[in-house]
Amino acid sequence: MAATNVEVWQHASVVAIDQVAIDIQRIVLEPQLPKRAEPGSHVDLKVVIDGEQDKRSYSIVESSDDGTRLTITVFKAPASRGGSVYMHGLAVGDRLEITQPLQNFPLRIGAKRYVLLAGGIGVTALVNMARTLKDARADYTLVYAGRSREAMAYLEPLREEHGENLVVHVDDEDTSLQVPALLAGLDVHTELYMCGPIRLMDAVRRQWTDSGLSYPNLRYETFGNSGWFDPEEFVVRIPRLGVEATIPTGRSMLEALESAGVDMMFDCRKGECGLCEVRVLELDGTIDHRDVFYSERQQNAATKMCCCVSRVIRTVPADGRERPAGHSLPVVTIDVS
Amino acid sequence: MTIVESTSSTTNKTLRFPLNAWYVAAWDREVVRKPLAVRVANQPLALYRTEDGEVVALADACWHRLAPLSMGKVVGKDGIQCPYHGIVYNSAGRCVSMPAQEVLNPSATVPSFPAVERYRFIWVWLGDPLLADPDKIPDMHQMDDPKWAGDGETIDLDCNYQLVLDNLMDLTHEEFIHTSSIGGKNISSSDFIVTHGANSVTLSRWMIDIEPVPFMRGQMNAKFPGFEGNVDRWQIIRYEFPSTICIDVGVAKTGTGAPEGDRSQGINGYVMNTISPSTDTTSRYFWAWMRNYLLDSQKLTTQIKDGIAGVFREDTAMLNAQQVAIDAMPSYEFYNLNIDAGGMWIRRLIERALEAEGAPWQPRT
Repeated sequence: MAATNVEVWQHASVVAIDQVAIDIQRIVLEPQLPKRAEPGSHVDLKVVIDGEQDKRSYSIVESSDDGTRLTITVFKAPASRGGSVYMHGLAVGDRLEITQPLQNFPLRIGAKRYVLLAGGIGVTALVNMARTLKDARADYTLVYAGRSREAMAYLEPLREEHGENLVVHVDDEDTSLQVPALLAGLDVHTELYMCGPIRLMDAVRRQWTDSGLSYPNLRYETFGNSGWFDPEEFVVRIPRLGVEATIPTGRSMLEALESAGVDMMFDCRKGECGLCEVRVLELDGTIDHRDVFYSERQQNAATKMCCCVSRVIRTVPADGRERPAGHSLPVVTIDVS
Repeated sequence: MTIVESTSSTTNKTLRFPLNAWYVAAWDREVVRKPLAVRVANQPLALYRTEDGEVVALADACWHRLAPLSMGKVVGKDGIQCPYHGIVYNSAGRCVSMPAQEVLNPSATVPSFPAVERYRFIWVWLGDPLLADPDKIPDMHQMDDPKWAGDGETIDLDCNYQLVLDNLMDLTHEEFIHTSSIGGKNISSSDFIVTHGANSVTLSRWMIDIEPVPFMRGQMNAKFPGFEGNVDRWQIIRYEFPSTICIDVGVAKTGTGAPEGDRSQGINGYVMNTISPSTDTTSRYFWAWMRNYLLDSQKLTTQIKDGIAGVFREDTAMLNAQQVAIDAMPSYEFYNLNIDAGGMWIRRLIERALEAEGAPWQPRT
């Protein structure tokens, strides 16, 4: 089960596309250099946004035994940086540049009990895992939370495949997931694998620690693509370098600073490693921390941020009401390494 | 009509190793709390025991900068700490502590491999963990069965593991290499029978009414003081996938019914051999010589072990030299004799397993 993360790039052809839920497309790829995808693995692929090439990660939902067919599934996010729009524009016969399967989210065989927690499109990282656990006759539950049934991909096939091992929570049916209740039933021998929006993952991470569960038994994957709030345009200033840049909703602060000629340090570009950390000198707004690097205490302190994923928004009014429109852009003044 | 594809092994002098298989990584006694570095099937491993005595096999490289974990130390109930920057992993290979940050990087893990303690050995499985069924561990029960006694050693070899399997499967070499101990002129001239199953190959050879070779005469004299005369000798060599060969050996006073099943007038030993590929051209050979007579004699255990160790040193020299010749003359082929039937069946079974795993037969160059 050696995790390999050597990027081997290749061409792949799109051989099938179909819609599996509102704004969600299933895309089947035929790679040139087939390699079987282990549960938890993903591919990186090159997308074109506004004429510029960029890289996105998509979980492998299904892999044929010989790896000749890989299925990914893409949600056209309303506040997307542009990758999902590009993906939804693909047609059968198109060719893409993709990596062989990469593994950052390995499933460990041998735990006494498993909970797989999927939030929305995050289900894509867990479909293959659930199937593997079923085949291994493991003790597992797949918990799948979404806004509405129409927006939840693979709901019916998962029901057929996993029967009572599937537990569904739907917001618009008033059966929303209650994180404390979910974790209350777990013991120290349970491993939880989750993928979903950062709000859900943050809530689970916090509750997990509070519940005294073993932290290494909580496994999650994030591609750094969701926040607590919708992205807004904001301004970054680096006085020491005399740089000022406006970050549009579809770009990350790291990308914008790179484009502005700032020599930036980074590694994972998905909010895990902490290498792209910038120091916050002044803040007119609120930081929407989208990383999984900082603790809650560090995020609340708002003195540093992972600029690869985190953003700045206008300050949320304490009473939670709609923010007034037309307000000037939020501004963060930082220094970099 | 089914077309059978011919799979001649003539050109495959050495073989790669299936990963969906159990290999011995160490003797049970070698794996303690303090981490041990071993290499099995090209995979460096750090082996240690938890506080509860469970064996742990982790990839021997920290997630962070690949520092060998085997150079580190065990911490807590089941953890191991990287000696370089202090990152701690639990027995599942999950990071539990990281320097200078409050949240652990979620992808920080090192691969953890199934490990089972059985028959005085630590067995590891490097392939698909879902297939790691301990029932697939080759039968070596004489190693810790109270009806048997004996001991053995480890030999580090500079040759591909298949060469050792060839060596053990065809004991006619004893006549030429081990002339002064277990050889004897009757081996190469006696008939043998080979059979095979899905995961096993058996080669049986009986030599009737022969003069006992020096080692066997010594054993007969230990059990039957003053014995003289001819014996019936047997060698029943059983290979079990991927690389274990247990040889039922012995002699009995000739004419006392040993070939028909009555071994009471003889001595019986089991030569236990299991070979783990370390790299494509090195291997670790674990062996023991077990007997079912004079079980309480530690003196006999030590004498036999020392004697056999001397015999096997003769094989070591040949196997290493054979690999040197193979490497020096890559365009020269192997040719096969009728006596190679056992080894050829092993090659066929291993090649099938490699094919099923989608791996090429030959070692990387």
